[in-house]
Amino acid sequence: MIDQNVLMQLIIILPLLAIPGIIAFGKWANLREAVTLIAGGLLLVAVIIFYQGFDSGQTAYVKWLELLPGLDISFRAEPLGVLFSLVAGSLWVVTSIYAIGYMRGHGEVNQTRFYACFAVAISAVMGLAFADNLFTLFVFYEVLTLSTYPLVTHAGTDKAKQGGRTYLSILLATSIGFLLLAVVGTWWQAGTLTFTEGGVFDENTSIVAASVLLVLFIFGIGKAAIMPFHRWLPAAMVAPTPVSALLHAVAVVKAGVFTVLKVCVYIFGIDLLRDIPATQWLLYLAAASVLLASLVAMRQDNLKKRLAYSTVSQLGYITIGALLASQAGILGGALHIVAHAFGKITLFFCAGAIMVAAHKTEISDMRGLGKAMPITMIAFFIGSLSIIGLPPAAGVWSKWYLLMGTLDTHQWVVMSVLMLSSLLNIAYLLPIPLRAFFPGTGQVVKVERSAIKEAPLPSLIALSITALMTMILFFWPDIFYELAASLAGLSGGVNG
Amino acid sequence: MIDHLPILQVIVPLLAAPICLILREAQLVRWFTLIASVFAFVISVLLLQQVQAHGTLIYSLGGWDAPIGIEYRIDQLNAYLLILVTSISSVALLAAGTSLQKELTERKETYFYVAYLLCLAGLLGILTTGDAFNVFVFLEISSLASYTLIAMGRDRRSLWASYQYLIMGTIGATFILIGIGMMYMMTGTLNMYDLAERLPEVQQTKTVFTAFAFFMVGVCLKLALFPLHLWLPNAYAYAPSIATVFLAATATKVAIYVLLRFIFSVYGFEFSFSHLPLKEILVALGLMGIFAASIVAIYQNNIKRLFAYSSVAQIGYMILGLGIGSKTGLVATLLHLFNHALMKGAIFLALAGVVYRVGSVNIKAFAGLGKQMPWTMGAIVVGGLSLIGVPLTVGFVSKWYLVLALLESNWWPIAILVLVGSLLAVIYVWRLVEAAYFRPALQDSAPYKEAPLMILIPTWILVLANIYFGIDTSFTVGLSEQISASLFGVAK
Repeated sequence: MIDQNVLMQLIIILPLLAIPGIIAFGKWANLREAVTLIAGGLLLVAVIIFYQGFDSGQTAYVKWLELLPGLDISFRAEPLGVLFSLVAGSLWVVTSIYAIGYMRGHGEVNQTRFYACFAVAISAVMGLAFADNLFTLFVFYEVLTLSTYPLVTHAGTDKAKQGGRTYLSILLATSIGFLLLAVVGTWWQAGTLTFTEGGVFDENTSIVAASVLLVLFIFGIGKAAIMPFHRWLPAAMVAPTPVSALLHAVAVVKAGVFTVLKVCVYIFGIDLLRDIPATQWLLYLAAASVLLASLVAMRQDNLKKRLAYSTVSQLGYITIGALLASQAGILGGALHIVAHAFGKITLFFCAGAIMVAAHKTEISDMRGLGKAMPITMIAFFIGSLSIIGLPPAAGVWSKWYLLMGTLDTHQWVVMSVLMLSSLLNIAYLLPIPLRAFFPGTGQVVKVERSAIKEAPLPSLIALSITALMTMILFFWPDIFYELAASLAGLSGGVNG
Repeated sequence: MIDHLPILQVIVPLLAAPICLILREAQLVRWFTLIASVFAFVISVLLLQQVQAHGTLIYSLGGWDAPIGIEYRIDQLNAYLLILVTSISSVALLAAGTSLQKELTERKETYFYVAYLLCLAGLLGILTTGDAFNVFVFLEISSLASYTLIAMGRDRRSLWASYQYLIMGTIGATFILIGIGMMYMMTGTLNMYDLAERLPEVQQTKTVFTAFAFFMVGVCLKLALFPLHLWLPNAYAYAPSIATVFLAATATKVAIYVLLRFIFSVYGFEFSFSHLPLKEILVALGLMGIFAASIVAIYQNNIKRLFAYSSVAQIGYMILGLGIGSKTGLVATLLHLFNHALMKGAIFLALAGVVYRVGSVNIKAFAGLGKQMPWTMGAIVVGGLSLIGVPLTVGFVSKWYLVLALLESNWWPIAILVLVGSLLAVIYVWRLVEAAYFRPALQDSAPYKEAPLMILIPTWILVLANIYFGIDTSFTVGLSEQISASLFGVAK
């Protein structure tokens, strides 16, 4: 067996190791993509082995550098991080398969830069997942922002540039303006930034200071896309679909809510969190974000835009889970990271497949598409079920625990918002596959039906895998459930 | 030899300057200047070692003890800045030969090196001397030399910029002289340490307050504190690239040294911060500088001017740190002094490469350069990230301390303003990034080649220093903390 410490560092570095290969083979597309796939496959194996080691009780801790006394770049394995690394690690390879079909089908340029930046972003996600302290997390959070910027502006058009500007300015503004201040503030109040079970603040910390810090954190973590700092997410949809799928439905946004969960559990600790008056207000803000984003999603005709707003809404669920400050809430939040990742990536894959194969981006043009693209539309249907929270898809479990959390803490308003939003999810997601199969009497896709075929094979394989995973996770959620439970269980003896 | 280090530090470049005139041959002069500068760097490193080992070094010029003779005093603060100035000067000179070939005629080249060495000697003199009047003399030497350097720019506007600086600089120097004169009148001494002992006896007199005010305003003019910064943008924008690198990285830093020396060592912290509203003034001006200059920088199309305004903003950060009036605040100032020199050194050197190949630093000329000159633009991007304060660059370390100092003093709103200020830096850096990486190259021009190696190497030395000192902070933070502690110790 490989030493867990070595393995953990390997997971962080592995995507970077692929970059020289990607660049060296830049001129030979097949070789270049083989490098990406091999790296993705190895990473998947590595995260699985690492999980097994972690599950058998082996710890991992590495310190890389020390900037100032107590301020260091170090990594440690803990349940939430392992969970996140499993999700991101398994989806990178699937996305790579998908990207090959998509990028070639779409005839994109600068593919070498694309794959290289992608690898940097994944590496940053892994570093973020295993971060042992807020500072390390902050560093990788910024690396993630900067490395995804070239991906967002990939097309190089004015629209892409504009989107990239919004993307970068909101993410940097929130992270430098609020998050950094919160980090320094935590350092000043608590004297440490290390993630600690039960939180880092002692009893003498004033409630006011804690409230201010909490607000700064929640606003500062722009990647969690709580309204009013959600604008970057729809703006990022100018990126090629594989980027939207892996980064802006999974890695980047999940990095945001992951940070929220980490901060709530390991910096504040749920006991303190419950006592802070600001928590309640932030909870309402998150609830408003859930509801409003769902309403906006209803009105979007562009499929990727609709999915983007749906993501904003679903991220709100996870933030709510964290802010509920109860075991069930944390459990549900952590599980929703997984469930939403698999569900949403499927939806984005489908959106991209439709774009490549049928050149359609608007939902109103997709009626009757089911006959031409049955696999894609079935996958879309399964993904939608998961997002809504209906069996047999993974989303059921996370939404179940989130509701439990609201009941435990008697947050009736939040509970009703969650219920209502689920109904809205049905209203804006399900019609798409249903209309595709049963177009009704409206305007049907007529344009040379025979010309539209299924998406390229690699893309099809990828979206089938994720759709299947979504169902598998309904029947066997054990791995992720145990990780999430140990996260929630660790965080203090509250009623569950 | 070791005993004479303090004077050698000044005398080496001072004597090297006239020798250049004898050598004449441009190639020869270039290497000779570089050797002199590296020699000065070695001396400064030895000086720091001496100071760390034996404490403050005192050297009486010509064997005459103070207060009759002139005394040179080196403590950690001096040694820290000496290393900064000599190292940046040496790195800049590495690139000088190549860059000047394009920007000057050969006949002028020799004079450039003469002026450069005189300027270096002047700056080093300010840093080593322990005599108030001597500070003025060296200040004038360095200033006159820098007017010459600026006037050598290829663009004819450089003459005007130099003239502007001459007028402003002279006013500043006059104020400083008036201040020193009044101090002498009240105490009868020019030695800084005598001054520090005798000033408390007369510190309640109006004359001393006036002297302080004149001196401070004069120095603030030299260090380009907002709103006395008007000479700086033009001077940096139109000077030859290498002169810009050297002046941007060192000249204002030395002026800040003078400010620190007089506030802490001569007048004492108690006088400066308690009897006068210096704290409020410095904080207000620092903040205004950060915002006004950053906003103006956003609208500049000449990239050298853009970064010149950014320098004014960065000076605002240093002054703000000083204005907090706490040990951590002073650490932040001292760190930013060093770190900003590294950032701006790297950026202006990279711009020298752009001038060499493209011949212009207008933002339009940057179109497509991201692909054509990847290393040069990469250097500017890293330098820019450092300006913004992204972690793992030096900019982050100084910003960290500044915010920490503000929080310690319970100045939350200002901490937020400081961070908002760095967002303005994002905007002006990103304008350049977009121009370089997203705009297609102009059709009518042949693709530009990467900058010559002799410019790239020094550029990347500074870029790597930006990253190295952003990760291993033991040298900068350690020394800054010691200096800060000792300056506050003196004040007690």
